[in-house]
Amino acid sequence: MYYVQGQTGEWEVVIGLEVHAQIISDSKLFSGASASFGAGPNESVSFIDAGFPGMLPVINEKCIEQAVKTGLGLKAQINLRSVFDRKNYFYADLPSGYQISQFKHPIVGKGEISLDLENGETRVIGITRLHLEQDAGKSLHDQSADDTFIDLNRAGVALMEIVSEPDMRSPEEAGAYVKKLRAIMRYLGTCDGNMDEGSMRCDVNLSVRKRGVKELGTRCEIKNVNSIKFVQQAIEYEAQRQVEVLEGGGKLVQETRLWDTGKGVTRSMRSKENAHDYRYFPDPDLLPLVLEASMVEKIKAELPELPDEKKNRFITEYGLKPYDALVLVAEKATADFFEKAAKGGDAKLTANWVTTELFGALNKLGKSIEESPVSEEMLKELVGLISDRTLSGRLAKDVFEDMLSSNKTAKAIVEEKGLKQVSDSGAIEKIIDEVLAANADKVAEYKSGKDKLFGFFVGQVMKAMGGKANPTMLNELLKNKLGK
Amino acid sequence: MTKLTDLTVVQALNGLKNKEFSAVELVHAHIDGMQKAACLNAFITETPELALAQARVSDARRASGHAKALDGIPLAIKDLFCTRGIRTTSASKMLENFVPPYESTITQKLLDAGAVTLGKTNLDEFAMGSTTATSYFKPTINPWTEGDILGAKRKLIPGGSSGGSAAAVAARIALAALGTDTGGSIRQPASLTGTVGIKPTYGRCSRFGIVAFASSLDQAGPMTRNVEDAALMLKLMSGFDEKDSMSVDIPVPDYTQALGKGVKGLKIGIPSEYRIKGMNADVDAVWQKAADMLKAAGAEVMDITLPHTKYALPVYYIIAPAEASSNFAKYDGVRFGLRVNGESLNDMYDMTRSEGFGKEVQRRIMIGTYVLSAGYYDAYYLRAQQVRRLIRQDFINAFKKCDVILTPAAPSPAFAIEEKQKDPLQLYLEDVFTVTLNLAGLPGICLPVGLSSEKLPIGMQLIGKAFDEETLISAARSLEESANFTHKPLFTV
Repeated sequence: MYYVQGQTGEWEVVIGLEVHAQIISDSKLFSGASASFGAGPNESVSFIDAGFPGMLPVINEKCIEQAVKTGLGLKAQINLRSVFDRKNYFYADLPSGYQISQFKHPIVGKGEISLDLENGETRVIGITRLHLEQDAGKSLHDQSADDTFIDLNRAGVALMEIVSEPDMRSPEEAGAYVKKLRAIMRYLGTCDGNMDEGSMRCDVNLSVRKRGVKELGTRCEIKNVNSIKFVQQAIEYEAQRQVEVLEGGGKLVQETRLWDTGKGVTRSMRSKENAHDYRYFPDPDLLPLVLEASMVEKIKAELPELPDEKKNRFITEYGLKPYDALVLVAEKATADFFEKAAKGGDAKLTANWVTTELFGALNKLGKSIEESPVSEEMLKELVGLISDRTLSGRLAKDVFEDMLSSNKTAKAIVEEKGLKQVSDSGAIEKIIDEVLAANADKVAEYKSGKDKLFGFFVGQVMKAMGGKANPTMLNELLKNKLGK
Repeated sequence: MTKLTDLTVVQALNGLKNKEFSAVELVHAHIDGMQKAACLNAFITETPELALAQARVSDARRASGHAKALDGIPLAIKDLFCTRGIRTTSASKMLENFVPPYESTITQKLLDAGAVTLGKTNLDEFAMGSTTATSYFKPTINPWTEGDILGAKRKLIPGGSSGGSAAAVAARIALAALGTDTGGSIRQPASLTGTVGIKPTYGRCSRFGIVAFASSLDQAGPMTRNVEDAALMLKLMSGFDEKDSMSVDIPVPDYTQALGKGVKGLKIGIPSEYRIKGMNADVDAVWQKAADMLKAAGAEVMDITLPHTKYALPVYYIIAPAEASSNFAKYDGVRFGLRVNGESLNDMYDMTRSEGFGKEVQRRIMIGTYVLSAGYYDAYYLRAQQVRRLIRQDFINAFKKCDVILTPAAPSPAFAIEEKQKDPLQLYLEDVFTVTLNLAGLPGICLPVGLSSEKLPIGMQLIGKAFDEETLISAARSLEESANFTHKPLFTV
């Protein structure tokens, strides 16, 4: 367990997360403008998004389906009736002066996410709710000395706000939660989870309490923590800060704090007294959203396999070790890569290659699995050459290195370089004989008990054969020759 | 021959069809009228060149045998409808120079039907009022005002908020006009100017492109000089619009077919709660007269009860400002409309909104902000919504007994602004007979039935079941026949 060690003892950290996830859809939540990332400033803005007089919101059905799908992926209650509310506040990049959100009646209710921790344990984190809302635009303060510029491309884009229960107890769990949530949404195709581009953002709610205490402490909300690393850093910092305040005899105030990425600290943004009064009320431009049970059933029936189920299937179907299965399913792209490469071959060996050699190489190249220079088919062929003993494990690694840089297939490389493993016992025996004849003195030493020399003979034979001798055969044949 | 400006829409369409005159001639006559009637200040923006261009196109279309349902008919448009390329002010300094790059669904429908745009009419700022005196572009004067309009001692208001449209139709500047009605803004000015106005069922007409006041109450409707024209206009304005999520996808009947159906066997309810304390005696007398006329025409007149009526005004003055306070947040000086620069963003908001909004608008934004605030929401907004349901239920119960309800449309005939403006609450009372329909989403029509002792028009309101505008129009046409109201305003073009 994770505890903050204070002057007066151990403190438990209680964490809940609010994740804003941008829905994958062609158009925005209430307008037909494009919701894709990367357009020039204010190029994806309709008059609805810009809050012009007389404009009215019309709900985008695709976004609703995506929210339902995500809710089902979180094993959550889908509310067949939900209501859109207006959250009123003034800000220059909020065109209508209100954000359309869901306050009292969200589209998705209670659900859960199960986390696989480093130590092999599983922890279930409760989901409180998921609701739909519009994103705001962006204020650009660095374009001019005197003016703020506004980009409304993002204004009106559909977000899911996913709120967890205060069930997490450590930075590690919070990180695992964000990763797992992102994996589930990527599997579902509902959010690309790209935190760099802001399509997934995170607020952390955190309080501390003395170990063993039941009551929750005063919590602070930390806004705008936009990477998993920062989530973990912010938790460590904020937990420490709260413990210091409490142990110093101070009192915590419920407040909103901002994570300062540069300094690695949280600072106060506004206290509860200065909190906005959002004056929520049901949006009179929209009817309550009523879903047909059959629509939910249809989405449920078409739900893709999610990480937990995939992991279990990899274990039973391919006989993978739980840890390997877990690593492979963490990203859908990796799982898909593995399955394609393993098809009809040695799955365990393939899993090994993906999680060690391939991951290592990609890491070095700084590439994602989607950008891998070695394709599924190429890896499959390489593993096949190991399985049919054409290549030894060592040779295979050389071939793999070559594949990474040359983009040639394993077979082509083997052919070209004559790397084919020699499994002809006559040929190996011939070389063994030569090596033993040339080292008669060492043979005598070996026979008199110097066992270590066995490796020397293996090395000499391999060297003479350019490393291509089948190592198993070589071992056996050599033992026979020397054993007499 | 009747003056072209005295024709009804249907008569004008027949004249055009029979080549008695061209659309250009018809429109010319109205443009002349618009100039003669400048003293009424019925228009904020006049578009005579556009009107003539449209008329020429209309004549060509008619000549080619492709005339449309409203081809060549000059209309006045309340300046709350966004019109592409024509400034749309909402009678506010905030939007004084706002030219929408888009067209409202309803004006588009009418343009598609061949209508001609004379201009944009005056209203209470952002439709908040019942006098057209809160307009940033000065008040409109009721053409029923006695004597020379500009020098008149007692300048009457035309009602509001659609007062410019009502005055334009009454004074024969336009054959018909568009209005909007959030609490009575079509029916009360119709009553005060001796014209006909319909507020359709909520959801019957699209709100897309109409500057929003209170979204759950706003409806557009026609303003005309008789019921037949109103029926024709309503038919062309109605229908589902995928751009307005609150519009209802049901077929639109041909309302002109309902005109001759009469009231034989129809049950007309008279709600006792509408006989308010201190009611104007003339209004009461015309109300009684109207009931008698309907009875004489074969209807069964009966007493009904709408017990929650007395809560309608307070409920309205919570819900409408609440919605408006949120709808008006977009007027922040950032993207369009007035901007008054300040030291900071908040400064700019303060200065822009203080300067851009008039007193009445500011008052209602403050009321609305208050009733939605944490700690007050339950006591005001939520409670008001609950009572709104009771008001709606009142009507559902009443319509189990009767088909149509007859009430006055306004508590008094037209008055001079000085007589009531001191106390905003007294002006809020102008909506007492009309707001109930907006709260219940029901259709209503106002038509002139009699004159007051001061020879001012008094209109009656008929209330129908949801989406049963047909019965409403049948009953209104029958009452119109019986009343035979042929009086004209003292000022006409």
